[in-house]
Amino acid sequence: MDRVRDLASKRAAVIFTKSSCCMCHSIKALFYELGASPAVHELDQDAKGREMECALRALGCNPTVPAVFIGGRYVGSAKDVISLHVDGSLKQKLIDAKAIWF
Amino acid sequence: MADVSPMTDTSTDADTEDKNLRNALSQGLVASDGSDKSRDQKMLRRLAQNREAARKSRLKKKAYVQQLESSRMKLTQLEQELQRARQQGIFISNSGEQAQSMGGNGALAFDVEYARWLEEHNRRVNELRGAVNQHAGDGELRIIVDGILAHYDDIFRIKGDAAKADVFHILSGMWKTPAERCFLWLGGFRSSELLKLLLNQLEPLTEQQLMSINNLQQSSQQAEDALSQGMEALQQSLAETLAASLGPSTGNVANYMGQMAMAMGKLGTLEGFIRQADNLRQQTLQRMHSILTTRQSARALLAINDYFSRLRALSSLWLARPRE
Repeated sequence: MDRVRDLASKRAAVIFTKSSCCMCHSIKALFYELGASPAVHELDQDAKGREMECALRALGCNPTVPAVFIGGRYVGSAKDVISLHVDGSLKQKLIDAKAIWF
Repeated sequence: MADVSPMTDTSTDADTEDKNLRNALSQGLVASDGSDKSRDQKMLRRLAQNREAARKSRLKKKAYVQQLESSRMKLTQLEQELQRARQQGIFISNSGEQAQSMGGNGALAFDVEYARWLEEHNRRVNELRGAVNQHAGDGELRIIVDGILAHYDDIFRIKGDAAKADVFHILSGMWKTPAERCFLWLGGFRSSELLKLLLNQLEPLTEQQLMSINNLQQSSQQAEDALSQGMEALQQSLAETLAASLGPSTGNVANYMGQMAMAMGKLGTLEGFIRQADNLRQQTLQRMHSILTTRQSARALLAINDYFSRLRALSSLWLARPRE
């Protein structure tokens, strides 16, 4: 959990993924489309990946990847991100966290 | 049930005996005077009893045959019901256990459910059309519009369950008409296209509304593109996995099994893409409704329905077209 929080606070937009996860690829693509440069951490490439996955599961993230943090705060999984994007709040969160400017 | 056992047919024996007796009497072989009267009487009584037994036997046989006939009719009826139930995807085992739904016929069951949903949807939309044409008040319109949107939630839930059972059937779009299938995206319609259509149908819109609808159209397009990219990545990854299982080492069974297992894992993620695509459709509809007034939402739903009705009509025309 500490490592998750630690990594999540280091950048305005942070996405936890797995190299084999294609839905993660979609969420990354969406962030790039919006002009954000999220930090991407692949759990299967991290030594503490297992623990981090457990921490994400404990946060209620299901499936555990992709897991999105904006401004250090947990935003949700793919479903949450898409829902937020549809009502316009994703962009606003990114602007507020200074991940994007417009 | 009465003990109607298939008794041996004694009717002919009694008849023959009767005939023999009459013959015997007419030929004087049997004495009709007093000396053998008791013996004749005994024989007559026996013959009468035989006749009675034979008659009873005939009646029992008739009853038994009638029961067989009605059982046969009942059996035919049950067989027909069973056939109908099987067609609807209800699994019924041979030992007569309780019925479970969505057995091997998940695709067929979904097609039936979708057809039912569509029928109900059209009924609701016609109700809305009637209310709009009769200048119904906002209150009444809101009830019907809310009902239609809630009903949309039903089909998304049904599709979710069906995708768990048979993701390829949903992806194939075979449950839609041919022309609709032409525009299929991840197992359904593109919200961004619907919104483009509505921008022309919904005037007049306020500045704020126009901006919001434009933003919504752009957001849904971005989300669609993102999901499409994920699907492409999935296809690529799958192709690479299958290609990796080919190779010079043809005897490497473990390698083959490993690659197949990986490919299976990737196929399992398809359902997630359909779920997110449907989630996008659902969210877009809700968001559109929140931006518009009740009357505008009503017109939007009617326009959407008109559009898809035309697509379906086009499919029918196409299928019925004269060919050389």
